[in-house]
Amino acid sequence: MGALINAAYLLASVLFILGLKGLSHPRTAVRGNLMGAVGMLIAIVATLFNQHILEAGTQGLLVLFAGLLVGSALGALLALKVQMTAMPQMVALLNGFGGAASVLVAGAAFIDATDTTLQLTVATAASGLIGAITFWGSLVAFDKLQEWLLPGRPIHFPAQQMLNVVLGVVCLALGIVISVYPTSIWAYWALVVVASVLGVLLTIPIGGADMPVAIALLNSYSGLAGAATGFVLNNTVLIIAGSLVGASGIILTQIMCKAMNRSLMNVLTGAIGPDVAGGAKADDVYAGRVKSATAEDVAMLFDNASRVVMVPGYGLAVSQAQHQLRDLAVLLESKGIEVEYAIHPVAGRMPGHMNVLLAEADVPYDKLKEMDEINPAFEQTDVVLVIGANDVVNPLARTDPSSPIAGMPILDVDKARTVVVIKRSLSPGFAGIPNPLFALDKTLMFFSDGKKAVLDLISAVKAA
Amino acid sequence: MDAFIMIFTVFVLAIFIGFEVITKVPPLLHTPLMSGSNAISGITIIGAMISVATPSAFTTALGFAAVVFAMINVVGGFLVTHRMLGMFKKKD
Repeated sequence: MGALINAAYLLASVLFILGLKGLSHPRTAVRGNLMGAVGMLIAIVATLFNQHILEAGTQGLLVLFAGLLVGSALGALLALKVQMTAMPQMVALLNGFGGAASVLVAGAAFIDATDTTLQLTVATAASGLIGAITFWGSLVAFDKLQEWLLPGRPIHFPAQQMLNVVLGVVCLALGIVISVYPTSIWAYWALVVVASVLGVLLTIPIGGADMPVAIALLNSYSGLAGAATGFVLNNTVLIIAGSLVGASGIILTQIMCKAMNRSLMNVLTGAIGPDVAGGAKADDVYAGRVKSATAEDVAMLFDNASRVVMVPGYGLAVSQAQHQLRDLAVLLESKGIEVEYAIHPVAGRMPGHMNVLLAEADVPYDKLKEMDEINPAFEQTDVVLVIGANDVVNPLARTDPSSPIAGMPILDVDKARTVVVIKRSLSPGFAGIPNPLFALDKTLMFFSDGKKAVLDLISAVKAA
Repeated sequence: MDAFIMIFTVFVLAIFIGFEVITKVPPLLHTPLMSGSNAISGITIIGAMISVATPSAFTTALGFAAVVFAMINVVGGFLVTHRMLGMFKKKD
């Protein structure tokens, strides 16, 4: 029976790999996801034939199926209710639950262990450490995104780094105790508690706009925690699935860091922020140069345009204007104007956030252009409509080496013939610096709430 | 030690496969990739199921909580990914 179960696990592993492979194209992605789900079903059913479960008795089975049922119901509820704008929170929560499951499984296996090898004890310590950091870090990330208890901005206090180092050392010491004294169950729970505190402390200095990095990193941790649990249980499918997810999270983390031109260390310590002074004062940049426009002015620009590019940012998600933006685009297209969307890799609060929002609003995915693809096309663009984006279109990144965003790849919207920026005010973005784009001759500022602005534009274009 | 090297080999090779496969995922699908990979990391469910089936009441309780957490990951992850991917349509 053991061999059959392991063969089923192998099949599940293969399906997971093929499933992720399917995600390389939107055409094959749905099937890929289903393959992954089938792999999971096979793994779960095979596990029901595990010796311990066969001998568990009615009561044990009742508890087991109750757990499966409750978890499935909660998961389905979450998945069906969540708004696309809230996907970052949802993913943060799922990351955390993965970490929690690893902590609990490794803990239970450690308590029950009869044959305590060094592999088991070291892996148990690793599961507890990474799992607890993932769980609490994800809860903090969730809360910051939701803005319930903690503000979205970075939280700093004196000797923060020092405290983290001390807690890290304590974790290491407890890990050694666990490895050397396999009966020290207390040390495992102590490790979980200290790692939990560390998870909170590591996440609170990360600001809202750095959340894509934090979530990608926690995603990776949740996978690694699963892999560590695989070493505890000597189970290859856990190791394979955990490593796949771990690798995925690390790749996304790298992509996000590169798109912000910052090192991972810099993001994790929250070194950027409004307190970093750099470059010119807002008044010097903006004074007398900013032109504000009405919906009618912008509609006139559209009237003479043959190519328009929409540049959405996190502000689009906040004002939930994705459907209206799509309506505007369709209206412009009906007048023979070519419309595309330019997506910066870190626009939004998680990797790919803008793509999902616009897909939800029925924007065809071949109109969503990546930065490298659309940047050369801005010169042939008549009107760029920036909505809810700021730092990712700031030309200072190209021109001012002393700026906090120096070297960050940006969308070159200033190369277009005219730029319209929908924004509530001239307040700075996350980097805390003024944006000379707003003061360019070719730029018109449309001061308004995102959704209202787009609705006004739609009526103005219809009237024109 | 031999057994450990075997299982460690699997780990290292799986990471390489992960890098190969994931680098081909376009930014367009990065959000579904995260939720989908979350669902896959719910594979901890099989460890959790075995923990439930232990004689001690305490580890059974730990196992039960782990089953709930992991199952939220599995069902929530695959389902929300399916929902999201259904929204990605080509121009018609």
